[in-house]
Amino acid sequence: MDQLNLVLREGLTGMRVVRSFDRQEDELKRFDQANQEMTMTAVQVQKIMAAMMPMMMLIMNVATLAVVWFGGLRISHGAMEVGDLMAFIQYAMQIMFSLMMGAMLFIMIPRGQASAQRIQEVLAIKPDISSSTNHQLNKKEIEQTQGLVEFKHVSFYYKGAENPALMDLNFTAVPGETTAIIGGTGSGKSTLLNLIPRFYDVSEGEILIDGINIKNWPIEVLRRKIGYVPQKAVLFTGSVEDNLRFGHDNATDDEIKQAASIAVADEFVRQMKEGYASIVSQGGKNLSGGQKQRLSIARALVRKPPIYLFDDSFSALDYKTDAKLREALITQTQAATCIIVAQRISTVINADKIIVLDDGKVAGIGSHQALMKSCKVYQEIVASQVNKEELA
Amino acid sequence: MKKGTRTSPGSYSMGPRHGHHPGFQAPKVKDFKGTLFRFLGYLKPHKGTLLIVFITAIISTIFSIIAPKLLGKVTTKLFEGLMLKIKGVPDASIDFGYIGHLLLLLLIFYLISSLFLYLMQYLMSGVAQKIVYILRRQVNVKLSKLPLQYFDDRTHGEVLSRAVNDTENISNTLQQGLTTAITSIVTFIGVIVMMFSINILLTILLILTIPLSFIGIKMITGKSQGHFVEQQRQIGHLNGHVEEMFTGHQVVKVFGREKQAIETFENMNNKLYQSAWRAQFLSGIMMPLIMFVSNIGYVLISVVGGILVTKRTIEVGDIQAFIQYARQFTQPLTQIANISNLIQSTMASAERVFEILDEKEEIPDDKEAIILKSPKGDVTFDHVAFRYKDDEPLIEDMSIEVKAGQSVAIVGPTGAGKTTVINLLMRFYELRSGHIQIDHVDITKIKRQSLHQLFGMVLQDTWLFNGTIRENIGYGRKDARDEEIIAAAKVANADHFIRTLPDGYDTILNEEGSNLSQGQKQLLTIARALLADPAILILDEATSSVDTRTEVQIQLAMNKLMKNRTSFIIAHRLSTIQDADLILVMDQGKVVEQGTHESLLEKNGFYADLYQSQFSKADRSSIGLSL
Repeated sequence: MDQLNLVLREGLTGMRVVRSFDRQEDELKRFDQANQEMTMTAVQVQKIMAAMMPMMMLIMNVATLAVVWFGGLRISHGAMEVGDLMAFIQYAMQIMFSLMMGAMLFIMIPRGQASAQRIQEVLAIKPDISSSTNHQLNKKEIEQTQGLVEFKHVSFYYKGAENPALMDLNFTAVPGETTAIIGGTGSGKSTLLNLIPRFYDVSEGEILIDGINIKNWPIEVLRRKIGYVPQKAVLFTGSVEDNLRFGHDNATDDEIKQAASIAVADEFVRQMKEGYASIVSQGGKNLSGGQKQRLSIARALVRKPPIYLFDDSFSALDYKTDAKLREALITQTQAATCIIVAQRISTVINADKIIVLDDGKVAGIGSHQALMKSCKVYQEIVASQVNKEELA
Repeated sequence: MKKGTRTSPGSYSMGPRHGHHPGFQAPKVKDFKGTLFRFLGYLKPHKGTLLIVFITAIISTIFSIIAPKLLGKVTTKLFEGLMLKIKGVPDASIDFGYIGHLLLLLLIFYLISSLFLYLMQYLMSGVAQKIVYILRRQVNVKLSKLPLQYFDDRTHGEVLSRAVNDTENISNTLQQGLTTAITSIVTFIGVIVMMFSINILLTILLILTIPLSFIGIKMITGKSQGHFVEQQRQIGHLNGHVEEMFTGHQVVKVFGREKQAIETFENMNNKLYQSAWRAQFLSGIMMPLIMFVSNIGYVLISVVGGILVTKRTIEVGDIQAFIQYARQFTQPLTQIANISNLIQSTMASAERVFEILDEKEEIPDDKEAIILKSPKGDVTFDHVAFRYKDDEPLIEDMSIEVKAGQSVAIVGPTGAGKTTVINLLMRFYELRSGHIQIDHVDITKIKRQSLHQLFGMVLQDTWLFNGTIRENIGYGRKDARDEEIIAAAKVANADHFIRTLPDGYDTILNEEGSNLSQGQKQLLTIARALLADPAILILDEATSSVDTRTEVQIQLAMNKLMKNRTSFIIAHRLSTIQDADLILVMDQGKVVEQGTHESLLEKNGFYADLYQSQFSKADRSSIGLSL
């Protein structure tokens, strides 16, 4: 069954490739093989199952016969009455039934047990990350968060991993400035971002916001300070409006429209049938990747947080929209701390500070100009993206 | 996707299609009769076996029906002997010879009955699996012939569900339902006949209790049905919510919505609990109710039977037999009721499978279609028009000319129709009007096989299958030798990393291909395309999912691949396409500009605009300075 599913799914996802290499014949053969295998096993299982019912019937019937025979003997000796025999047959039937039920239970109990165990495992997991109960922060301080983010000797290991995903990071992201993080796939960029809202806790070192270790912030307060735009835009079932209000229930209509227009989403939302009341289907299937990303950005903007985290959030946008969006974004995020993870040089080039990550380590920190002079990894990345046109 | 897009007219040949949501409510069959007859057609080749199944079912049932009557005779004999003894008749004894004889006969009957029952199940499983095997094969063959439009219109899950789950459903019904139906009907008739033969009065009494239990069942199912539907609906909601919250859990956390998420869940969970316990409770009291009614019948039979025995109208053993029959009597009735539901859902499944089989296929090759020998790779688009949906024009009047060996880049914003051009070129979709020619032959006049062999593809979505690296590269050409595969890998700069893998070329790629990086997978697909040695190459966003340093490597490999071939390149990053001989700039399905990089920049139009937006002027000069 699994094999059949696998072959079929591969055939579906690779439809274009299969057809362009003209390998339909082979795919059919592959499917047929899986199909035959499945049929064979099913027939075998069914044939064994086919013996079950007749066997049980036979056992029950033979038992009845035995009861009648031996019962008859006892009756002839006067030790038993005919009515007793009839009752006995009925009892025997009931016992056999119970035994059968019992046998079924024996099949079902281990299954139930396995399931219960799996549920137990989930329930037994203790949340790694607990909110601080240490309320040394007074309300005023919380209200007036500046958004100064500091990494001090931060290292991070994924559970069970031998090598660190991040190694001894030191940097400061200052309010009013944009800090960009660039690096190859797997260099630890997204991991770094995930540490700030405490999706994971650092393994060594500390992260400070406004000089206070994030572990000492009540977790919901910490997260309220952050506008996070994930790599993969996630929207929820509900109207566009509901989605935009996700982080800020009391946002006014104006605030929402403003955020949407900064995120270059206002235009396409208006074109939808019911504007802001249009329904986003599950997983946002009725929107394109770029549209989802823009809404996801607008959602973060509605919160007006002091810290913005963009995790490669512009990747699904074409260049034109991307450029337009970033221009508008600057005004909105002027006073905030912006941390942007990106792959494209064009996204990071204007950043006040660029951090180049390579295999979890900082390969260089500085402005574009400075890095172009000093950082080899950065030069390579830039070269890979722009050399051609400059030479042309 | 907007509502109703799936009901494109003409694509379904069977009956009108009302929007029905699979998963919720009992599936309705649109054309029960038609589906049933068509389904019976599949049983036809197995006529002989099915006849034997039918006969064995009857034999098995008849033998099991006669048995209680014989057993009753044994009891009567016992009773008679005993009565004689009590009356003090000399030499009175129970006739154990006769009883033994009867019991032996019974044993044989039981054996025969079980044997035939086994035979029936055995034969049926063979037939059921064979039929489903054929169905699955037909579906798969059909899938390979359907135009891509079909797959673009629906999710993989939906197609998979039809090809696997629905056929499985059919197999189960064939296996269980058909045989149960036969035995149930035979048992029901047989039991009634036997009961009448014992005593008419008792039989009528028993039959009178049946409506009683039926009314009870009807009342309960009527009520529980609604709760069951509600339960299914709530499960659907709950699943949807959980799935959503898990995929978006980071967002939920950072936006501080855990509480609301939990509240919503609690709410849904509670609703599910309410409808579930009601449904379960109601169906739970069904069994006791039926038991109760049948016990009333039992008491009636005992009382009336007792009176009849004293009047010597019937014998003690007959009452015992009658009670056994009475127990067997209601069983087939409930079974038949169950089966009718099962048949409904099976026919719904069958219909869904047939719907696939009835889909319009790709237009078959023209009779005079030719095979292109030694293709060069000239490509012409001559006033091509195309739309996916009748009322949404996409490509209108597109004309381009590409000479063999040239490279053509297609750029434009998302949704501009870039990939559509490729789909048309490979004839995955049919044109509305105009012509596409390769080597001056209209593509509709080329055999599909030959047409597809012209192309090599490297797509953003690296499709590799579950097999060794060698097999995956070898996919490009059937008869490729090992040396050729390795040579292709070398050219694609993949040889080195392949050799660092534990099993080298025999490393097995897992289902998701997650044991290789995206860039490595892309190099493999390039090697695969190299091996195929196509005349025309298609690169569709081949490097957009890898980081730019990896991209450089891939780009190098691709340049080798593109040498001396006509190539079509779709790209987001403009930097990768500036050397193209022709750049097509597309917007909203139209080619708005075409020319070389320089000429387009000079034009200062759409392309120049796109290009500027990648790097604002100041940035470019600053990069230029520092380089």
